[in-house]
Amino acid sequence: MTTTPSRPGLPVLTGLAIWLGLLVWFSLWVGRQSYGWLPVQASSAAPLVDGLFSFETAVATFVFSGVVSVMVWVILFNRAAKYDVSDAEPIEGNTRLEIIWTVIPLVLVMAIAVYTIDVNRQIGLIGPMEHVHDRPEPVLADGASPASEIEVISRQWSWEFRYPTAGVTSTELHLPIGRRVGLQLRSEDVIHGFYVPAFRLKQQVIPGRVIPFFITPTRLGRYRLRDSEYSGTWFAANQADVVVQSEDDYQSWLRRAASLPLQPGLSDASREYAIRQNRGRSSGYATVAPAPPPMVNVPGSNTLPHDG
Amino acid sequence: MTITPFDPALGEVPRPQTPNSWKRYFSFNTDAKVIGIQYIATALIFLLVGGLLAMIMRGELITPEADLVDRTVYNGLYTMHGTIMLFLFMFPVLNGLNNLLIPCMIGAPDMAFPRLNAAAFWLVPVFGVILMASFLVPGGPAASGWWSYPPVSLQNPLGHLINGEALWIVAVALSGVSSIMGALNFVTTILRMRAPGMTLFRMPIFCWTALSAQTIQLIGLPALTGGAVMLLFDLVVGTSFYRPEGGGDPVLYQHFFWFYSHPAVYVIILPVFGVFSELFPVYARKPLFGYMFVAVASLVIVGLSLVVWVHHMFPSGVPQWMRDLFMVTTMLIAVPTGIKVFAWLATLWGGKIRLNTPMLFALGGLFNFVFAGVTGIMLATVPVDIHVNNTYFVVGHFHYVIYGAATMGVYAAIYHWFPKFTGRMYYEGLGKLHFLLTFIGTNLNFFPMHPLGLMGMPRRVSSYDPEFAFWNVIASLGAFLLGVSIIPFLLNLVSSLVQGERAPANPWSAIGLEWLLPSPPPAENFEANVPTVISGPYGYGTNLPLVENQSDYERALLKV
Repeated sequence: MTTTPSRPGLPVLTGLAIWLGLLVWFSLWVGRQSYGWLPVQASSAAPLVDGLFSFETAVATFVFSGVVSVMVWVILFNRAAKYDVSDAEPIEGNTRLEIIWTVIPLVLVMAIAVYTIDVNRQIGLIGPMEHVHDRPEPVLADGASPASEIEVISRQWSWEFRYPTAGVTSTELHLPIGRRVGLQLRSEDVIHGFYVPAFRLKQQVIPGRVIPFFITPTRLGRYRLRDSEYSGTWFAANQADVVVQSEDDYQSWLRRAASLPLQPGLSDASREYAIRQNRGRSSGYATVAPAPPPMVNVPGSNTLPHDG
Repeated sequence: MTITPFDPALGEVPRPQTPNSWKRYFSFNTDAKVIGIQYIATALIFLLVGGLLAMIMRGELITPEADLVDRTVYNGLYTMHGTIMLFLFMFPVLNGLNNLLIPCMIGAPDMAFPRLNAAAFWLVPVFGVILMASFLVPGGPAASGWWSYPPVSLQNPLGHLINGEALWIVAVALSGVSSIMGALNFVTTILRMRAPGMTLFRMPIFCWTALSAQTIQLIGLPALTGGAVMLLFDLVVGTSFYRPEGGGDPVLYQHFFWFYSHPAVYVIILPVFGVFSELFPVYARKPLFGYMFVAVASLVIVGLSLVVWVHHMFPSGVPQWMRDLFMVTTMLIAVPTGIKVFAWLATLWGGKIRLNTPMLFALGGLFNFVFAGVTGIMLATVPVDIHVNNTYFVVGHFHYVIYGAATMGVYAAIYHWFPKFTGRMYYEGLGKLHFLLTFIGTNLNFFPMHPLGLMGMPRRVSSYDPEFAFWNVIASLGAFLLGVSIIPFLLNLVSSLVQGERAPANPWSAIGLEWLLPSPPPAENFEANVPTVISGPYGYGTNLPLVENQSDYERALLKV
């Protein structure tokens, strides 16, 4: 039985308008708040991601609070009286309504999809196409050379950063602010994840493959690089710091670093492994031994306060 | 069709089954109702095991340092927690519901292949024992996550042939075999054994969702099982399907894994949609709004679920066109899902709502599901996913789905059909306490994971930076509350079974073939008196009889 609802009266329409207005206002407010839930924006990608996230948060808040307000309404006002065992009015459907609530979500998600595809293009997150196709190196939008200046080597469990032109190696990643930096990601054992939350960028580092990766840092400071793909026992301790510097500071850091002698780099895993071995009695299950810490000019630090 | 329509002239009534020995629950019994209870009881035992592991994990994570257990132990715990909860709790408990409900709901005497059904069940304790045994082998259990991505899953530090990872793969492959056997049975039963007059579009929605979910099992599981066998070969005989040093590709495994394991989420959530669709009409005293749309939406979800798997691999190095394509397909799932949510709301709207325990769990499950749905849309969009992928945001999202919606839906189903299949009423007060603790615990435990993920806390970590401490403490407290919430549930189950009030045939005045059977139903359900269905499944308020000669069936029930 499909029934056509009788035309709603003025009070109903007013109530509906107030309800929708409140929902929209609340959703927009939550959408604005969402910027505060994320780390500082330290790369050119971050504002784009955050803008999209804010938009999605507003839409999500609208949908969620809309549904919840209907649930609250029916729980408050549509309860059966204590001894009422009768049935309610048998409304079995309304084709027009059902078509409306099929089309509206369709339009909504397609709008989000179009917005997102646009953001994708802007971020220019160029995946390693050679993984699927044998295509030439991607040409960048600004025509700049995609030549990588920094090699990133991930291991169980340390990060090593090599600057071949300057002859520097480090376990702390230094980047210049305000220009696009090319990285080459490599793994020597398992899959790791190169993830700097403040940059909003993440890339799996697949063994047996060199993955080109590009970042434009936009904010000075010290940030966390975290391994984002589970890589074994000391996965959680596989962190490094990223220091974004002005071009001058960056160049002088490179010059100073080149003159320093090689020494073991940072590896929390090696330190913890040594303690574990010295304890003698095994307190856990078997583990892969960490790779020895890389020999670097600058170990850097991963214990200083970071901005995100 | 060999099923005989009911002939009132015969005057026979379904008899409640004679109280059989409890021993049948420990035997190779081919009665779907026995198998259903076997599945559910086994699943609940493993829920306790998996929950205990989760609470040790949350104990570790209540402080930033790795201080409660060794890191290797933590990694084993989280791997086993995920594996147990999915393969030994969620799938078995849903197959338990399928076994109890499908034959009764469609008026079949049993499943199509009863012996295959029993064999599928008995594989569960077999691979359960194999998985548990991996705690005892040298080197400890598998510790590479329930995804078991190579190459990390292929690292075998002690070099033994029998190791935790190998046992894990064998257990998962056996689980796949068991599920395929189950799926064959459920699909065949639904398609071939419906009562006269029960056309596809007169089937209860639960049967629609079970049919959809089990179709996914049939299509997707071979990919996972094949992928797992190749992983086993890489691990124990040294092949190089996934080893980069031998020319293999570790990303290939990710495709095999997610081709099944994303649709697997729909295998879990679709029957729970079915439960919602059954319960809301009963406790709102209204027909399900837009039955046709809801039924067909399940099939649309099946189709789409098979073409979304790459959204788990956005940061794995897939080309841009793939990212865009799989984002759009993933987003489209919101449409059939939205149809269902709106249909439930419209069913509730203007109803006469009774808030007993099953209804509370269904409403709570819907609340959590909608929350999970909106964060799911965020995860579908590539740039946001790149940021939160493999962070606690994802963990929060899927626990809202798996615990907040699916497990609460399972609780709703257990309470709702408890009187029917045990013949006893449960205790309403304990049930409501269970709901309250579960609902608060779920939100306290899993909401904080969203801000953590947005801040950049990776999942699967045994230690974390101090800035994440606040939300982790709250999550841990929520987890301990969830642990406590199990106590009233178990207390309720046990005490109701022992001394609960005798259940009438239809305590909720619900419409459906299962409610025309005595509680508990006889072994062969309607036996020779299979009713002829003459109307749709949710005729609340219409006064239309569901079956021919309905009053004869109702009178017969009064006599017993």
